[in-house]
Amino acid sequence: MAQAAERAKPADKAKRAKSRGVAAKAVSNQPGLPKEQLLRGYRDMLLIRRFEEKAGQLYGMGLIGGFCHLYIGQEAVVVGIQMALGEGDEVITSYRDHGHMLATGMEARGVMAELTGREGGYSRGKGGSMHMFSKERNFFGGHGIVGAQVSLGTGLAFSNAYRGNDRVSVTYFGDGASSQGQVFESFNLAALMKLPCIYVIENNKYGMGTSVERATASHDLSQNGAPWGIPGVQVDGMDVEAMHAAAEIAVAHCRAGKGPYLLEVKTYRYRGHSMSDPARYRSREEVQKMRTERDCIEGARHRLEGLGVDEAAFKAIDDEVKRIVQDSADFAQSSPEPDPSQLWTDILVER
Amino acid sequence: MTVILMPALSPTMTEGKLSRWLKNVGDTIKAGDVLAEIETDKATMEVEAVDEGTLARILVAEGTEGVAVNTPIAELAGEDGSVSVAPLPVAVAPVAAAVVAVAPAAKALPEDRDWGPSAPLTVREALRDAMAIEMRADGDVFLMGEEVAQYQGAYKISQGLLDEFGPKRVIDTPITEHGFAGMAVGAAMNGLKPIVEFMTFNFAMQAMDHIINSAAKTLYMSGGQMGCPIVFRGPNGAASRVAAQHSQCYASWYGHVPGLKVVAPWSSADAKGLLRAAIRDPNPVIFLENEILYGQTFECPTDPDFVLPIGKAKVERVGTHVTLVAFSIMVGVAMKAAEALAEQGIEAEVINLRTLRPLDIDTVVASVKKTNRIVTVEEGWPYAGIGAEVNMQVIEQCFDWLDAPPVRVHGADVPLPYAANLEKLALPQADWVVAAVRRIV
Ligand SMILES: Cc1ncc(C[n+]2csc(CCOP(=O)(O)OP(=O)(O)O)c2C)c(N)n1
Ligand SMILES: [Mg+2]
Repeated sequence: MAQAAERAKPADKAKRAKSRGVAAKAVSNQPGLPKEQLLRGYRDMLLIRRFEEKAGQLYGMGLIGGFCHLYIGQEAVVVGIQMALGEGDEVITSYRDHGHMLATGMEARGVMAELTGREGGYSRGKGGSMHMFSKERNFFGGHGIVGAQVSLGTGLAFSNAYRGNDRVSVTYFGDGASSQGQVFESFNLAALMKLPCIYVIENNKYGMGTSVERATASHDLSQNGAPWGIPGVQVDGMDVEAMHAAAEIAVAHCRAGKGPYLLEVKTYRYRGHSMSDPARYRSREEVQKMRTERDCIEGARHRLEGLGVDEAAFKAIDDEVKRIVQDSADFAQSSPEPDPSQLWTDILVER
Repeated sequence: MTVILMPALSPTMTEGKLSRWLKNVGDTIKAGDVLAEIETDKATMEVEAVDEGTLARILVAEGTEGVAVNTPIAELAGEDGSVSVAPLPVAVAPVAAAVVAVAPAAKALPEDRDWGPSAPLTVREALRDAMAIEMRADGDVFLMGEEVAQYQGAYKISQGLLDEFGPKRVIDTPITEHGFAGMAVGAAMNGLKPIVEFMTFNFAMQAMDHIINSAAKTLYMSGGQMGCPIVFRGPNGAASRVAAQHSQCYASWYGHVPGLKVVAPWSSADAKGLLRAAIRDPNPVIFLENEILYGQTFECPTDPDFVLPIGKAKVERVGTHVTLVAFSIMVGVAMKAAEALAEQGIEAEVINLRTLRPLDIDTVVASVKKTNRIVTVEEGWPYAGIGAEVNMQVIEQCFDWLDAPPVRVHGADVPLPYAANLEKLALPQADWVVAAVRRIV
């Protein structure tokens, strides 16, 4: 795979976190990840991939209901960014959230059991695929209304600025969501108040069946914050090292009190928008090309091979991931349904 | 040996047609290979393999309709396992065809007018036909919303409209509800007749300000100079397992607002007749559809001029002991309850409100004066709900005719949970209605 080898050259990292306009000074010469860290990233991406494949399977068996939006293809985005975050930094995203949860360290068991609507799920079965939260892991959901998490993420950053701590918050949203009015209102607020907020547009080329070209007149989403002076860069979201390098810069910018930062991540989802999407708006060839030429897991593996990681090490990771996923699926089926009395709890805090 | 099961491909799918096999017995299968095409109620989908191996047996022949979810459709021999090729396509007996909702048959009162012959039609087709007919008749009518054009509608309501009317009149918008709803209201103020599709009414909350502050109040604020002929339509209420942010009934929210008309159809005839009326209406009309009803088939008049009046309820079933008042999907629940009650010797009269604002209270009051008892049925929350309003008006207008306190059947007063067992406990079922009636009859 010549392309993957080319992609893996560490010296290219800085170039890949391409900068434009107001972002010109944001480029670093970050080298590629050291072997141990890259191996960890590889494992985390593989866990998300296998977890999502299993979720798709359980959906097909009728064990998961409603909407189920898989993250397959986009794994490098959350994994690369999460590696640049510290303890206490917050994450918030949309309904395409399983990968984000696993990346923040939430347990596969709890996520899968929420997907099946069981007591052992993160929301005790009351939230489902689109609505999971973990106070412990600083994961703030899991939101079903396109764009809503952007204002909320801005509020997470506000609370950090208010308290004067040095935490940053990461707000993920899609290319489709990037057109919502509240996104621009949030940009203005965050820039005005210099909030430590990293905005990540996961540009997977489509919002449901609408390609980004048909949804926005903006040709470069990384510059959507430019009117407010928010630095923005485009990043190769199929490359976990490029993601990590860009995130380091964004995190440093926010922690230094310089206000918000915007990453437009070029990524791709392999599966349909949700389980019921016939995906007639793109060709099989387009999907196949991304899968074979740009896959983030294959790319990382190739680079790790170059760093001397042997077959046995990959096999060990494979086995570990398989075990975790199978365990989560077993747990998600054996955990009981919530007690009927749960219907009436958690509506208001009772004092 | 791995058994491949008929997959569920949408939240509401219970069965589908296995339209085509793309692999033959003996083929090697890799994860991600397309195995077959399956037709659901919404679309034709490709099914990908999750497991690897060799296709050993095809259990459901292509072309088979009504294959229930989780039926074994093929067998895969593992990479190492011996391949016993048995190319014996066994057709699974199709499950009974899609449920045809109970026609009000003999007991129904005549329509406002006899529209003559009818034919079966799904609610989905009825809505599409209504838009197409009105768009043919009036060049100022256009449709706008997310995925309405090229994708043919997220729930396939606008199927074929882009082909017929072109991109000038069937317009895909970005996900910017507040912006495009405002734009449509502005266009309506200037005389065009927009139909705005919200992918679901949950997302109309993003546009609430323009619906209420701009659309509903302009006529009044301009002293009658400037109206707003616009239809806001889309699915309302719970679908299936889509949790709290995607499952909410907005009937009472919109019903609260002077300056709006609010319509909530149940059958295909309701959908077609009332949507045509809504498009022609010079006022803002909120048209609350229901996703679960889209695929249901009802008899619908074939008369090309068929239209129904906004503001008129329909007695779907005549009875003498109790009046059941419902709208949208709950009409079906009330009808089912009425049948169960009939077996117990209780004859319920079922009123399909059809329009929530203006409310046809006369039809309700006339019925209560006859039955002396009322039970309202709605999917939404009880507090300040439609049932509260209907019952209050009944108390105001015919208190002396009531032999028992009015009763409300409604969704549980909680955000809708995702878990299957809890969701079931939260949404009104026919037996809830039966129990409510038994308390007062
Ligand atoms: C306010 C609102 N409008 C519409 C929808 C329906 N909807 C759900 S996801 C989606 C597409 C979003 O695309 P994008 O932001 O690119 O995210 P992706 O799904 O690609 O991750 C739409 C239109 C919604 N959930 N909320
Ligand atoms: Mg997208």
